[in-house]
Amino acid sequence: MTLKRLALAGAISVMGSSAFAACSYENTTEIKMLSAGFEAWKAVADAMSECGNFKAELDQEFRTKQPAAFEANPSLYHLGGVSNGTVTPLLNAKTIRPLDDLVAKYGANLSPNQLIRIDGKIMAVAMMVNTQHLMYREDILADLDIATPTSWDEVYAAAAKIKDAGVVDYPLGATMKSGWNLAQEFVNMYPGFGGALFKNDNTTGVNSDAGLKALETMKAGLAFMDPEVLVSDSTYVQQQFQQGKIAMANLWASRAAAMNDEAESQVAGKIKMAAAPTAMAGGAPATTLWWDGIVVAANITDAEADAAFKLAMEGMDSDMVQANNDAAIWLVQGFQPGPLSQGAIATATANPAPPAYPSTTQMGLLHTVLGNEIPAFLTGERDAAATLVAIEEAYTTAAKEAGVLK
Amino acid sequence: MNFKTFFAFVAPSVFMMILFIALPLVSVFIQSFQITQPVMQQLEVETCTPGFITQTCVTELKTLPVIGEDGKIQTTTEWVGLQSYRNVLQMDKVWQALSSGRLADILQIDFWKALRFTLMFTLLTLPLVIGVGLLIALAVNNAARAVRGPVIFVSLLPFIITPVIGSLSIYWLFVGDGILTAMMEQWSGTNISMFAQSWTIELLMYFYRVWHVAPFAFVIFYAGLQTVNMDTLESAVIDGASRWERLRHVIIPHLMPLIVFIALIHLMDCYRVFDEIIGFRSQAHVISLQWLTVDFLTPDDAGNRAIARASASAMLTMIGIVFLLILPLRRTWRDHKGSAHS
Repeated sequence: MTLKRLALAGAISVMGSSAFAACSYENTTEIKMLSAGFEAWKAVADAMSECGNFKAELDQEFRTKQPAAFEANPSLYHLGGVSNGTVTPLLNAKTIRPLDDLVAKYGANLSPNQLIRIDGKIMAVAMMVNTQHLMYREDILADLDIATPTSWDEVYAAAAKIKDAGVVDYPLGATMKSGWNLAQEFVNMYPGFGGALFKNDNTTGVNSDAGLKALETMKAGLAFMDPEVLVSDSTYVQQQFQQGKIAMANLWASRAAAMNDEAESQVAGKIKMAAAPTAMAGGAPATTLWWDGIVVAANITDAEADAAFKLAMEGMDSDMVQANNDAAIWLVQGFQPGPLSQGAIATATANPAPPAYPSTTQMGLLHTVLGNEIPAFLTGERDAAATLVAIEEAYTTAAKEAGVLK
Repeated sequence: MNFKTFFAFVAPSVFMMILFIALPLVSVFIQSFQITQPVMQQLEVETCTPGFITQTCVTELKTLPVIGEDGKIQTTTEWVGLQSYRNVLQMDKVWQALSSGRLADILQIDFWKALRFTLMFTLLTLPLVIGVGLLIALAVNNAARAVRGPVIFVSLLPFIITPVIGSLSIYWLFVGDGILTAMMEQWSGTNISMFAQSWTIELLMYFYRVWHVAPFAFVIFYAGLQTVNMDTLESAVIDGASRWERLRHVIIPHLMPLIVFIALIHLMDCYRVFDEIIGFRSQAHVISLQWLTVDFLTPDDAGNRAIARASASAMLTMIGIVFLLILPLRRTWRDHKGSAHS
């Protein structure tokens, strides 16, 4: 089976590269990139490597490598793939350069929406947005005569019906692997109840009414989930969908294309996307908005930066997007929003809109603390109020140690 | 061997031990009393991020590190005494739990939760590893010569497997509807989730560790069995000693130094249990001291690492190992002195 899949992957990549217009110029400067390894980055890296002299490192551990690699002088990589979560250490240490002049020179095809501006200076160029939103089995919901849920209450009501009907192993899937994934679920839910993650003095605001509600709402879902949900990450949920084990999940938009991958999925064509459910009436969808994009290292020569940026623009052009339309919710011109991207677009354009995931030092600290403290609540060792107190205390300790709190 | 030759042989090893063990240890010891943090300032920053169609710009007060003249983040290092140890141990909460009689609350604190598991894991697997290792060794020793080779080969296999791979294999066999869980479900007729509660996870961890380490004990014991004094054994047979009595009074006393040796190695290895936590993704239910240290060290998305707390937690782990090793070490020392006198 592995062999078959390899052959298939080979065939697709050959098809992919022949579909590209070949690179419009010959790159003569050696350029290296470090980025995450998901589908969209593979597409961009493939397009860039056609110009020659390009080496991409697609590594899911990029976030631990990037800060140190970019701090070296000269930087170990010219280009970096970042998201709003992982750009923070690079911005803080000023190891990435402002791109205004390069955008003026090579960025004619960029839309203003793509330019990440910090204090007016362009520090990154986004290529796609990502968000967690509702994916559901349309056939199951239609059979049971359930309208597409728009709030978490409706999701749970639908889940109860699906459970009674017994058509799948578990009505709901969730990316609740303890640690980063579980923390992200809270970071999605909590602003959905109108909660502010931080107060003005950098202390955390999670120990609040919204915090209680967010925790209780998360726990209410456990009744409809796999009992082993605390080990399930995005890939696990994706596979549960593909194997027909679950009917609904709030999952990353970047996983949508996999649902229709005939080689892996037994439910191709049956999964629809909708906006992330709201946590309360009139609230924003309970999720956060993410972008992925490129940055250019500060510790390289201007000539190298010039060549690197030019190459990146070639990788992020509309030819690449047309060849990989469903791999992401592209921000690049030429993107045709298909049925797979409807959920993400509905989420991002909702009114009120969900917040962007904050790129701050405090958020990194709080995210770790949430991931470590929430499991005890979900396993029933601790109640919600005590968990919020524990989160607050652990965050305070970490923030004092990191210097953001006095 | 004269001293010069001896020195020439040992020097590279001593040098490496100083470089890679002693010096880092000193550095960690020092860092556990220090906190190094960036100098922070508050600045109003406007950030524009993309939506699907238009951007949203927010202006907010951000806490950012100050960049020094050399282009690096300015940091300050302060001596904080036992602060990091206090942060890890959280003794105030422990006393509170003790005085209010709610002992379970102590296990809510990461360090104590990790210590509980680490100690239980170490002390429960120790007799099992020694027992199973001895059993295999005796079985192989009594097996017919022709099958010994293959039996030794098969019993050594678990020890050859890389620990992370081994624990991942066990995880995949049991997670969700893994092959073995599916078999157990068919057999028992109920839905089984091995990774949904801590006791089943711990059970798998004990099983995995014993399965993985017992071959090591077996090899050592098997070698030891070859040196048992046959005259003593034969006279025991003539005296009418049963198989069990021969084991109890001749073989085990003969193997005692080896048992202590295996206990020493196992205690040191097991107290640093880590692979199982990662392989089984058990962080929600079960954590170990070594995992806690690594978790402190792992940078978050914003690049923060809790190096001070990681150092304190590492020092505490080392102190724990020293305590555990005192008993078997004292015994070896006594034996050593005893044999020197005779």
